[in-house]
Amino acid sequence: MKLTGAQILMKALKQEGVNTIFGYPGGAVIDIYDELVKTDIRHILVRHEQGAVHAADGYARASGGVGVCLVTSGPGATNTVTGIASAYMDSIPLVIITGQVPSHLIGNDAFQEVDIVGITRPCTKHNYLVQKVDELAQIIQEAFFIARSGRPGPVLVDLPKDVINAVTVYHPPKKAKMRSYNPTYNPNMKQLHKVIELVRMARRPMIFAGGGVILSKAHKELTAFARRAQIPVTTSLMGLGAFPATDPLWLGMIGMHGTYRSNKCTAGCDLLIAIGVRFDDRVTGKTDAFAPQAQIVHIDIDPTSIRKNIPVSIPVVGDCRITLGHINKLLEKEDLGNLSEKRSGWFAQIAGWKAKTQLAYEQGTDIIKPQFVIEKLYQMTDGEAIITTEVGQNQMWAAQYYHFNDPGHFITSGGLGVMGFGLPAAIGAQVACPDKVVVDVAGDGSIQMNIQEMATAVQFGLPVKVVILNNGYLGMVRQWQELFYEKCYACTCMEHAPDFVKLAEAFGAVGLRATRPEAVEDVLAEGLSAKKPVIMDFVVEKEEGVYPMVPAGKPITEMLLV
Amino acid sequence: MLSEEKHVLSILVDNQPGVLSRIAGLFSGRGYNIESLCVAETVDDNVSRLTIVTQGNQPVVEQVKKQLNKLINVIKVHELTGSRYVHRELALIKMSAKPDSRAEILRIVDIFRGKIVDVGPEHYTIEVTGDEGKLEALLTLLKPIGIKEIARTGAIALFREPK
Ligand SMILES: Cc1ncc(C[n+]2csc(CCOP(=O)(O)OP(=O)(O)O)c2C)c(N)n1
Ligand SMILES: [Mg+2]
Repeated sequence: MKLTGAQILMKALKQEGVNTIFGYPGGAVIDIYDELVKTDIRHILVRHEQGAVHAADGYARASGGVGVCLVTSGPGATNTVTGIASAYMDSIPLVIITGQVPSHLIGNDAFQEVDIVGITRPCTKHNYLVQKVDELAQIIQEAFFIARSGRPGPVLVDLPKDVINAVTVYHPPKKAKMRSYNPTYNPNMKQLHKVIELVRMARRPMIFAGGGVILSKAHKELTAFARRAQIPVTTSLMGLGAFPATDPLWLGMIGMHGTYRSNKCTAGCDLLIAIGVRFDDRVTGKTDAFAPQAQIVHIDIDPTSIRKNIPVSIPVVGDCRITLGHINKLLEKEDLGNLSEKRSGWFAQIAGWKAKTQLAYEQGTDIIKPQFVIEKLYQMTDGEAIITTEVGQNQMWAAQYYHFNDPGHFITSGGLGVMGFGLPAAIGAQVACPDKVVVDVAGDGSIQMNIQEMATAVQFGLPVKVVILNNGYLGMVRQWQELFYEKCYACTCMEHAPDFVKLAEAFGAVGLRATRPEAVEDVLAEGLSAKKPVIMDFVVEKEEGVYPMVPAGKPITEMLLV
Repeated sequence: MLSEEKHVLSILVDNQPGVLSRIAGLFSGRGYNIESLCVAETVDDNVSRLTIVTQGNQPVVEQVKKQLNKLINVIKVHELTGSRYVHRELALIKMSAKPDSRAEILRIVDIFRGKIVDVGPEHYTIEVTGDEGKLEALLTLLKPIGIKEIARTGAIALFREPK
């Protein structure tokens, strides 16, 4: 059977189970689009290629699968870079297909030529320039295999126009198996016996879970482990939802804007079991002062994460789900003694920290507090919405005041911190989960970075809800200026912003606004029940801060509390 | 303070375009140091061997090796430092060779088992191989006589077989 490159690409995508692509056409990919519309693959036409990648990211996280993008060469390709870098930092499986100028023009500075393979080398898990049509099917299969296996990540495939149009006899690809890529899924059992021994001995243990638990779908195993061994749990920003926030063992998030008790526990614990984390500086603060009394166990599928930032007593390379499964099996046979007695001192200490300082704010009668909006949003969605975020204070308040019980419900640009992530990510999540309420918790600054995607939401009937915590500032930067730069608010006041209600209407969405506390519930009720995309503009306290806060580079016990 | 030491890494990679750039990019992007780098095909023409000499303390070198292993096109990373291995470097040294120094140069080259590979009325070009210590010793002797130009390959290395 003779097929063109474009036809082979469609076959390969179908083979990988792709049913949705986020993309934007152009000259270099026009032949792919010509084939795409003949298939049953759904194409979501975004308004900016950055939006396509964030949408694919949101789709991947909400669905647990691989997100796929298709863009043209040159500017189409360069517009994807921020999205790719964000997905790389957060280990999100994506396949990005870029058009390229015809092979014979590569290197000639042809129209819309850019070396996207070179540009994205440091921010993809791997990338390819396809040189012959005969390699295409195999490369697409490898790209998906690499994206979703091991520590997941984005893979880019650059397709020159002549390869797309070349005709060849189609051979189905061999099962992807690569001698140079072989992630370690199964942990070393010897190490696990040591872990069990530490769990048995520990008086003040703590679990610190991260995005790896969500990526490996290990939340059930994690919950079973924590409950069986009676170990309190914290997570990173990326780990929210890996452990139920309604469980008594839940400590809240760790790190710069983590809870008081979580950070205190880290300093006081004698055993820290880190699972699917990479000890980012926003988590550890000053590394020398991080968990100074603890033996540290670190479970991760990526060996480079282990001992990169923090010394570890027991490294375990393996998939989180498989590893926790083994640990739980071993624990079945283990006599852990009277745990409630053994842990009573530790739990009393934690209860003391909790009583001393909880996440709190005071909602007065005149001005809306941003935290109040999130708390109401949590209540009115029964804690079941998928929350995406922009970046800044809005992101941290969403993390602190919305409580996540399930994975795939908190979707944020954690590692790269990309303003403009939330709206396209919400669109992707809504495509993956049409029956879910999907809310982008936004700042007035961030939302303007990809607001054009409202048109995408309207065109495709995706009823995403945008909740703007409108403080008139680039609030998080302003907060740093308030605390560390003597309130010199250099260039952080957004003196002019569009009227978000009118803007929503101009896009064909619903626009709502609340300026007083008593209006918050009504606006949320109306916005959440609308069957269309909605922007809700909450005019909030301008100079509210996110607390607790650990100043960058300080030990995480040095928290500013108000 | 952890001590900074030289480490010789021998890396087998897929012989494909862009692989060298991935490795060089890894070192520059993460702030690791490359003292020398050599690359050529192996007996299997799908595979190339890179020999990299890097400097760093033990945790950094551990991280370098893990990061290299993580690259999809890297097949195997061996650290030679700490084991028995042979390493060699080739240098071409162009000397200014006036009548009064020509004999002296030849004597030195002979001691180091080098060869003269190009001769002119005013110059010699010397070819010499050896480990780093040997080349440094030779250069120290030749420098006062007048080195015009020098080209060095950087080290290549292989494990010694157990006896
Ligand atoms: C693309 C990008 N540019 C700049 C920044 C730096 N930055 C981090 S938070 C922030 C302020 C965000 O303002 P806003 O969206 O209004 O959120 P707020 O903090 O006020 O809730 C800025 C500028 C960033 N994270 N991303
Ligand atoms: Mg703001």
